[in-house]
Amino acid sequence: MTNSIRDIAEQSQCIFIIGSNTTEQHPVIGTKIRRAKRQRGAKLIVADPRRIDIADYADLHLQHKPGTDLALLNGLMHIILRQGWEDADFIAERTEGIEELRTLVAKYTPEVASAITGVPAADLEQAARMLAENRPGSLLYAMGITQHTVGVPNVMACANLQMLLGNMGVAGGGVNPLRGQNNVQGACDMGGLPNVYSGYQRVTDPAIQAKFEAAWGVGLSPRAGLTVTEMVHAAETGQVRCLYIIGENPMTSDPDLNHVREALQKTEFIVVQEIFFSETAQFADVVLPAASFVETEGTFTNTERRIQRVRKAVASPGEAKPDLWIIDELAKRLIDLKVVEIDPDAPWADWNYAGPSDVMEEINALTPIYAGATWQRLEAGAQLQWPVPDEWHPGTPILHVGKFSRGKGRFVASDHVSPAELPDAEYPLMLTTGRVLYHWHGGEMTHRARNLAAMYPDALVEIHPKDAAKAHIGPGELLKVSSRRGEILAKAEITDRVEPGLIFTTFHFAESAANFLTNPALDPEAKIPEFKVCAVKVEKVG
Amino acid sequence: MPIHLTIDDVPITAPAGATILEAARANGIPIPTLCHHPDLKNVGACRMCVVSVKGARALQTACTTPAGEGMVVNTMSAEAVETRKFVLEMLLTDHPNDCMTCEVNGDCELQDLVYDYGVRWPEHAGKRHEWEIDPDPNPFIFIDRNKCILCSRCIRACQERQNRDVWSFAFRGFETKLVAGADQLLLDAGCESCGQCVAYCPVGALVDKMSMGKGRVSQVQKVRTTCAYCGVGCNFDLNVRDGKVIRVTSAEDAPVNGMALCVKGRYGYDYVHHRQRLTQPLVRAKWLDAETQAARLASGEWRLADQATKRLGGRVGSNGHQSPNDSFIAVDWDTALDVVAGKFAQEKAAHGGDAFAVLASAKCTNEENFLFAKFTRQLLATNSIDHCARL
Ligand code: SF4
Ligand code: SF4
Ligand code: SF4
Ligand code: FES
Repeated sequence: MTNSIRDIAEQSQCIFIIGSNTTEQHPVIGTKIRRAKRQRGAKLIVADPRRIDIADYADLHLQHKPGTDLALLNGLMHIILRQGWEDADFIAERTEGIEELRTLVAKYTPEVASAITGVPAADLEQAARMLAENRPGSLLYAMGITQHTVGVPNVMACANLQMLLGNMGVAGGGVNPLRGQNNVQGACDMGGLPNVYSGYQRVTDPAIQAKFEAAWGVGLSPRAGLTVTEMVHAAETGQVRCLYIIGENPMTSDPDLNHVREALQKTEFIVVQEIFFSETAQFADVVLPAASFVETEGTFTNTERRIQRVRKAVASPGEAKPDLWIIDELAKRLIDLKVVEIDPDAPWADWNYAGPSDVMEEINALTPIYAGATWQRLEAGAQLQWPVPDEWHPGTPILHVGKFSRGKGRFVASDHVSPAELPDAEYPLMLTTGRVLYHWHGGEMTHRARNLAAMYPDALVEIHPKDAAKAHIGPGELLKVSSRRGEILAKAEITDRVEPGLIFTTFHFAESAANFLTNPALDPEAKIPEFKVCAVKVEKVG
Repeated sequence: MPIHLTIDDVPITAPAGATILEAARANGIPIPTLCHHPDLKNVGACRMCVVSVKGARALQTACTTPAGEGMVVNTMSAEAVETRKFVLEMLLTDHPNDCMTCEVNGDCELQDLVYDYGVRWPEHAGKRHEWEIDPDPNPFIFIDRNKCILCSRCIRACQERQNRDVWSFAFRGFETKLVAGADQLLLDAGCESCGQCVAYCPVGALVDKMSMGKGRVSQVQKVRTTCAYCGVGCNFDLNVRDGKVIRVTSAEDAPVNGMALCVKGRYGYDYVHHRQRLTQPLVRAKWLDAETQAARLASGEWRLADQATKRLGGRVGSNGHQSPNDSFIAVDWDTALDVVAGKFAQEKAAHGGDAFAVLASAKCTNEENFLFAKFTRQLLATNSIDHCARL
């Protein structure tokens, strides 16, 4: 997020949520938004194909068809430019490429945008006016924007809108992706990505490569590695022979699970490090029992870049061990086996970490955005949001104040492109996927939290009364949903939360995981699969 | 314009708009309260906070009365103390004498005030309520209306903080009843089981159901940590007793969330003690030396874990690749780590770094993820590390 949860909750005049089921996936942010709306009268616009909970609180719900976010955003920008509502000073001082944007959005008249998105033109006009009249406004999005073949253009369109309105670098503004998993932000920050070291330092930058080679005392690869989805393909072709999977469950979270299964079966050697015997562990050669968060010391970084302490409260069951201990033991063994030539004089060549504070020291030394987030400060309760460039720096609650990190903010405009797979005669319905309040991700944790599981025991498919009637499906009846890639069984929840022609389900349940159905088509740049749209058919079972 | 007043003979400067209560507390002068909570709007319902103000004809409720310029306040006037005692006595006439077994014993604002003001249990009270105990099947929230003091903190918490408007009072006088929706079950009244109302209840009328009988405040140790579900990063206190997390409680000073938590953060912790937790390293038989394996299995140091993995919730064999060689053996750490390191070293020598791919974890800490990345790059010599950020 460019901004903080607090300044959005307390200072946004208009909150625009697109592609985030905030109440169910980021519940406490959801309550803060409801509070902003009801207690201090902020405007709330929700754009989502489903009538999600937060839409009930909104001034305006734009129920656009899945996969038409670009047309929607371009349509809003068209109106703003037509009316002269853009922030001309901000655009002149801080951005470039406005002409390109102007040209592109010219064709997205309300009529055109409405025809593509299914949102009435009058609602688009009203939304644009609301955005223009209530500044600063913040934009919040989640996987509903990114999990498309046009994920990257979608994100840029969000940024375009906010730059156009001059909503960047101010309290109550910003472009704010809500990160899913508790520490997905931290995992990215720490270099758990194929193209960057910690702090987003590029592996392909020779100066950065030299810095880490000097620090770790080895030669390092100058080529970006494989992404999750590419790993699965490489495992299938045999290029990747060893998979080391830590606390992840690709057997529920990846697209096209039947394909993942084949790839895992073919892999020579799989190590799974986990707290439960996951679906993925079935394919493992070695399973290492890890500690849960209540047994671990360290830090997590939340969606607003705030680095916070995690503390050990109890001992691990049996012989389960903290991930830090496990990786350290493995590293020491590999060093003994001389897998690489290490220069012993390099300052951070060594392993043998006694605990997270030792590691944080190395993170501080090698990661400019974390340089001042020392263990001592965090332990003393300092509230730090990165970048924290030095030990005296108070952290950065709002990014891009006065200046974008790359200098001028660039408008990069893109045309609407239809999703990779659309309904046809054989697969007449559109499926979109997501989560529900009581479950989390593949359900590894929530299915074992007794009462959460009791609250939402079965996989459900939301289907509109009209589609249910057509297929002769009654409430709670079992139905089979199939796509070109697979099929699942789940119970019908007949509801007008979805529009006719659209069904919704989750990936919380291993046996009926939506990802047996989803399309692995990727955004070419971000390599994010199109979880939010694929074509399916439903049949009544029995 | 700051305001100058005197409270209990102490000259005090308070910001404009402050109540007498806020002015007093900011200066370390205690005034007892029940219906007041700093996060919630003041309603002046309980009259516990009454104080004498010079020149005023009646006692004033400190939580709702603004501090005025030149005001002279006495928080412990005989009249105020008597009124508070009376308020407490009235509450006790319709409250069960249950502190011995009550969940919130030691963590109850009513109990503390009754103690502070030396109020005795009224043996011969009139009619007491006999509401059904725990009438709602919601698995997270226990309700005992017999202990409800009608302070309305839960109502305001749900309305102002959670914005769900579940709770309200129905009927009047002695018949006043706290109800969800139109006297419905919580879930039917739009409750999302966030537990905020429980967290704000000053007494044992609303209680975290999952934790009942597992430990009271004097028996637990609280450990501040960060939630492991979503990226909001709520902080809370793990309540630990005998090596088990028995409850999660709000931490008022949590930087992101304050008292707020969601159902997963507050009530979704019990998986950490689930019997299906992995407790021993498992290695497929084919990677173990056959003789050692036979000997260790015979001696009981290792054991065949196929039954165990089934019990662990795995479906070993369901994918048709079950053979004796594929059995999981539960082994010691050294053996498991040696198998992994040995195989990695061998593959690295034969095929180079491109043969490896690592999935790091959005559930693990920053420090652990940093080491996973270092391990991948420094020792496996590849950049093929990723995690589920995209999924
Ligand atoms: S649990 Fe939350 S939503 Fe339910 S009644 Fe209490 S405060 Fe309201
Ligand atoms: S349930 Fe608790 S918070 Fe609600 S009115 Fe009764 S005593 Fe007050
Ligand atoms: S308590 Fe709920 S909203 Fe807060 S971090 Fe945990 S899962 Fe997210
Ligand atoms: S605390 Fe002031 S009236 Fe209840």
